[in-house]
Amino acid sequence: MTYFITQSLNGLFSAALLFLIASGLTLAFGVMKIVNIAHGSFYMLGVYVAYTVVLRTGSLLAGAVVALVAVAAVGFVMQRFFLRRFTSDPLPQMMMTMGFALLFRDLALMIWGGDPFTLPYPAWLRGSMEAGEVVFPYYRLFVIAVAALVGVALWLVNEKTLVGARLRATVDDPEMASAIGINVARLSGVVFGVGAGLAAFGGVMGGPILGGYAGIDFDLLPLAFVVVIVGGMGSLTGALVGSIVVGMIDNFGKALVPELSYFTLFAPMMLVLALKPTGLYGRA
Amino acid sequence: MGEPDRRGPSRAIAGWRTGVIVALAAAFLAGPLALDSYWVGLLTQIVILGILAMSLDILLGYTGLPSLGHAAFFGVAAYAVAVLSTTYRAGFGASVAGGIAIGTALAAAFGLMVSHVRDVYFLMITLALGMVLWGLSYRWIPVTGGDNGISGIPTLEAHAGLPVAGPLAFYYVTLVVFAACAVLMWRLVRSPFGLTLRGIRENEARMRSLGFNTWLHCYLSFVIAGAFASVAGVMWAYYNGFVSPTYLDLAASSELFLMVTLGGPATLVGPVLGAGAIVLLKNVMSAYTARWLLILGIVYIVAILAAPQGIWNLGGRRSG
Repeated sequence: MTYFITQSLNGLFSAALLFLIASGLTLAFGVMKIVNIAHGSFYMLGVYVAYTVVLRTGSLLAGAVVALVAVAAVGFVMQRFFLRRFTSDPLPQMMMTMGFALLFRDLALMIWGGDPFTLPYPAWLRGSMEAGEVVFPYYRLFVIAVAALVGVALWLVNEKTLVGARLRATVDDPEMASAIGINVARLSGVVFGVGAGLAAFGGVMGGPILGGYAGIDFDLLPLAFVVVIVGGMGSLTGALVGSIVVGMIDNFGKALVPELSYFTLFAPMMLVLALKPTGLYGRA
Repeated sequence: MGEPDRRGPSRAIAGWRTGVIVALAAAFLAGPLALDSYWVGLLTQIVILGILAMSLDILLGYTGLPSLGHAAFFGVAAYAVAVLSTTYRAGFGASVAGGIAIGTALAAAFGLMVSHVRDVYFLMITLALGMVLWGLSYRWIPVTGGDNGISGIPTLEAHAGLPVAGPLAFYYVTLVVFAACAVLMWRLVRSPFGLTLRGIRENEARMRSLGFNTWLHCYLSFVIAGAFASVAGVMWAYYNGFVSPTYLDLAASSELFLMVTLGGPATLVGPVLGAGAIVLLKNVMSAYTARWLLILGIVYIVAILAAPQGIWNLGGRRSG
């Protein structure tokens, strides 16, 4: 039982990180119909930028803020000057993001070198919570709470604000949305930038545990894509449910049959594709 | 007059294209006799990856199904040859047949899951399927050797008991396989079946209303492309004598994608040119700089900005 609870909490931690990554991926997909291969790179850039800031200032919070803003800016520029000219043309967009993914990886290698590292824990989150026989690090609980807050914030923006209404309209029907005066191009830029920032923020949150290393970008990308496919492409609720499903399965899979990790994700994906090709919360 | 605008190439360009094909065929036939083994190796790579790129072209160019997991079948077939020939000490026939059969069977299984999906959804789902297989090759260490891969695959000449050996002999065997595959694929895309695939690419709803089973056509296209990719994978396993998870990773699948789009989709010739360009570029660049990943990234971006239709389609898209 203790084992089960501990593993479930670990699964929730994975789900929290996945949600931070996949929410931006799914929103960008919903608005722009883009398969963004550089999304894992945003996560990676987040960890590396935060590393530099934390080395200078010693503050993980400062690192998180700088990483979020810097990578969001990178995403915005990328959308504005390279992706926008291929609006609603998914193949060139995808190739473009692949080019950027390679570019970012090599630039990171050039600037930060190839040595793996982890970000330091914030001092006030050291140690573990103990409840009966279950021991669980405070930091992981903190990340779960932060991801939940981000989820609530995204939900509020999406459901209760004008921007959110425009966003939902664009996801539903971009042509109609632009016909009634929504600036779809600018909205796409903002969504892409915010999504990049969220992935970077996820990188900082995961930094003290997963750290940063060459190749982390493509390690996390398949998980994020499976989340988006299972949850339904373009759906925020789907990203949440998908993250929990994938986080749990990935975690229990790794614990029980380590040699088949990644492959354990195959089952839920196949099931969803067979029963509901658009994903749990996706619309055709 | 009543002739619709087919935007086919002008006669001058068509003649120019025939000239290029003849010149290339002559170069591939006679060239290696005058080259040292390094360049023969590069030509062998181009020919094998040419088969692979043509197989993706059936799917991407002719059927309009953009697969981002196509390297998976190539990689799985290569792994099958590696496991069969080293762990199980299987003979040449069994290894080749096993490699092609396993790669094709996998395509048949995946095809069931993706053949009803289109466009960008197809892109994303094939990407995820391909990466799951990459994860398997990376982590299923007892069978795949994990990151270390599998080495010690015998050379094709020794395994098949050929009287000749060496890079040049292997090159010509590869060239024969390439020619056979190219003829088969050429016949396929010119056949009524191939025309139906093109019809589905242009307007699936209309094809369905004409009574075509479009799902079945897409499915068969997927399986056929997977089968040719498996042939390329088998040849690659023998060429390298070694397999590793990098054959299946996302970078491999998208490089393949780049070969087809850079060369010109729905032309079969273009993807081979694309394969040649990427292989030469990678090898030449990595000889001069350690930053070739950076340059490859820039090549992606510039290629999409400069020639979105592909090299072979410059000067007029082919009507075929």
